[in-house]
Amino acid sequence: MADSASSEEVAVIGNTDITSVESENNLINTMVERGTALLRKMEINVAEAEKRTGKNTVNMQETYTVYLIEIRPAETVPEGGTPATPDTLWRRYSEFELLRTYLLVTYPYIIIPPLPEKRAEFVWHKLSADNLDPDFVERRRVGLENFLLRVASHPVLSNDKIFFLFLTEVSAQAFKHCLIYDPFVVFSRRFTALKQYSDELNTVISQLLRVRAKVADRLYGVYKVHGNYGRVFSEWSAIEKEMGDGLQSAGHHMDTYAASIDDILEEEEHYADQLKEYLFYTEAVRSVCRKHELIQYELEMAALDLAHKKQQKEELVTGTVRVFSLKGMTSKLFGQESQEQRESRLAALEQGIQEGEESLKEKNTECQEFMRTAWEDIERFKEQKDKDLREALISYAIMQISMCKKVRSSVYNKAKETWTTLQETTTRSHFHLFFFFSFSC
Amino acid sequence: MPNSPSSMVNQYRLEEDEEEQLDANTKDLFIDVDNPESHVTAIETFIMYRVVTKTTRSEFDSSEYEVWRRYQDFLWLRSRLEENHPTLIVHPLPEKFVMKGMVERFNDDFIETRRKALHRFLNKISAHPILSYNQHLKVFLTAQELSSHRKQGPGFLSRMGETVRAVANSVRGLRSRPEEFTLMQEYVEDFSNKICSVDKVTQRIIKEQREYVDELKQYSPTYTQWAGSEEELAESLNGVANCLVRCSKETEEQIYHLSEVLVPTLHEYVLCAETLKAVMRRRDNIQAEFEAKSEALASRKADQDALQEEMDGLADRVELANNALKGDWSRWQNSMRTDLKSAFISTAEKNMEYYEKVRAQNFKSLNR
Repeated sequence: MADSASSEEVAVIGNTDITSVESENNLINTMVERGTALLRKMEINVAEAEKRTGKNTVNMQETYTVYLIEIRPAETVPEGGTPATPDTLWRRYSEFELLRTYLLVTYPYIIIPPLPEKRAEFVWHKLSADNLDPDFVERRRVGLENFLLRVASHPVLSNDKIFFLFLTEVSAQAFKHCLIYDPFVVFSRRFTALKQYSDELNTVISQLLRVRAKVADRLYGVYKVHGNYGRVFSEWSAIEKEMGDGLQSAGHHMDTYAASIDDILEEEEHYADQLKEYLFYTEAVRSVCRKHELIQYELEMAALDLAHKKQQKEELVTGTVRVFSLKGMTSKLFGQESQEQRESRLAALEQGIQEGEESLKEKNTECQEFMRTAWEDIERFKEQKDKDLREALISYAIMQISMCKKVRSSVYNKAKETWTTLQETTTRSHFHLFFFFSFSC
Repeated sequence: MPNSPSSMVNQYRLEEDEEEQLDANTKDLFIDVDNPESHVTAIETFIMYRVVTKTTRSEFDSSEYEVWRRYQDFLWLRSRLEENHPTLIVHPLPEKFVMKGMVERFNDDFIETRRKALHRFLNKISAHPILSYNQHLKVFLTAQELSSHRKQGPGFLSRMGETVRAVANSVRGLRSRPEEFTLMQEYVEDFSNKICSVDKVTQRIIKEQREYVDELKQYSPTYTQWAGSEEELAESLNGVANCLVRCSKETEEQIYHLSEVLVPTLHEYVLCAETLKAVMRRRDNIQAEFEAKSEALASRKADQDALQEEMDGLADRVELANNALKGDWSRWQNSMRTDLKSAFISTAEKNMEYYEKVRAQNFKSLNR
């Protein structure tokens, strides 16, 4: 774990596309050599703003503002000498947004500095709300520079590879490409999407089961009321002669119909159970997502802890006080500590730093391993879910089909036959007699 | 099985073939009720229905008639028919207004339902071997202006008289009703109960079906919503959603059919049951009058000749009334069986069609 002087390498948490050796090296580099801030190595400015026009994603002409980012090595300039030429590149506001979103996703437990407002809000009367207004642009330039400086002075964020690319990669295209395909980002996005899906699935299946139960309830009502037909027809058949048998038979069919709903709904419960299984599965998926969040959290806390320890060591070594500490305060008030005390404190810190680096390395591995295996299982789960639910839907449809066939043939076809073959009485009107009666009334 | 009225009436049966021929060949009066129109006068607003008659009967001067009638005119016609033939079963008219459901008098559905019922009423009358030759019917079908005819005839006072007599006789009680009419009375009571029950059950089924459709309409969007979160599964889920949408449409059609075919028929026979009760009452009254007079005759020795003539007249009246009822009774029963049978067959067929369509929709969703 020797201090190597390479200043080009950038370490980042979860940088998974490099070999384990390089990864180890990167962890070493994490905070030891570069100090706690990128700012010690470079000066960052947002120097200018310019208007540009170009075609946007929907192939329409638009006008937008770009900002010039200047980076120069943080050396003191000799008297009368010219400062070194800075490296520069242009970035527009949306690229700043991309960077910030990336930071939010990658470091969910760190407070990410905000960007200046996208559109002018909280404007008083005369203040222009136009994004292209020069005063607005100037204020935004200042805000963007502030943002970069804040990120650069954060012990963890300043070491981020993507942030470095933002400051150095001239091509916006290349920058975006790295950002989108950064493995850590990819995984984080996946887990975020999974959590959202799991919540949606939970909500929708719950609702579906609720409504289905109501539908079943109503259907039960419909079938059972037909049972009343059975009773009435049966009673009616007793007072009819020619129609008696027909009514009796029809009543019987209605009873059959009314009774059939019990089996139908019982089979539907089976379908509901299949849905319920996946409703409960969402709980398990959610807990995997939570575990991911936890691991992520521990990783960041370890990184933060290590960063603080390194900062403390640096202060001790250089004598500068950056962070408020009780020790620092008391030593100011009550006098400096002795050389021995200092050295023993230094040794303790170095010990702590070593342990911290070990711990961080472990956690990093653990996190990567977790994400890989968890995602494998999640893919497996998705396939299983699609297959199972598709089969469940198919059997549901088949069940409906067979129910319809049964009702049609064993109830209504038979009922129709019953009515059709009803004996029509051959007793007709007394035609001749009526004629006589009508003329005598 | 106790002796039903119709089995007793079988004594009066004519030859089957002869009767069939007569019925098939002698339909010579065709009536249609259509084109309801709103009429507005200073005093009131009402609906007029067009009544179109086509006939080959010689009693009619022309072979085609077109007149306009309002509901009150139908009421007038029916009360005339009942007066002329107190113990014949005159088909009921649709009710004056519907209390439940707060149906407006000029609501389109209400008007259409009423028009259909009025059409049926006239067709039942025109198919009746005696009633179709009634003078008042002819006037109803042919006179351009009915109001002058309506003022003629016994009208209000005679109805009053009938009611008074009816009350008096019911107080007095019937001495001896022939068994066949007692059985008929019992049948009418039972039939009335049963048909009302069937009507109620049908209304209840419609209500439950409507609530089922309402829930079904909530059900399909859930599948569509779910499909939005899925990739592989989306197609199947959308398939189910579509199937459910179509099934709920089919169920709505099913409900419509019940309301348009079965319910009106059942409703008519509920009203018929009331008509039958009235006919039985009138028959009883006629007999009661005769009995009252014969009691009077027995107690008064003087003026026997004059009373005797009256008595004979009343005796004839009783016999005519009884025979008319007996004859019409089997005719009505037949008609009732035909109508209800046809309504139930139609319902069964519609149900078969419904389940077939639902099955087909499910099948379609499978093959996506």
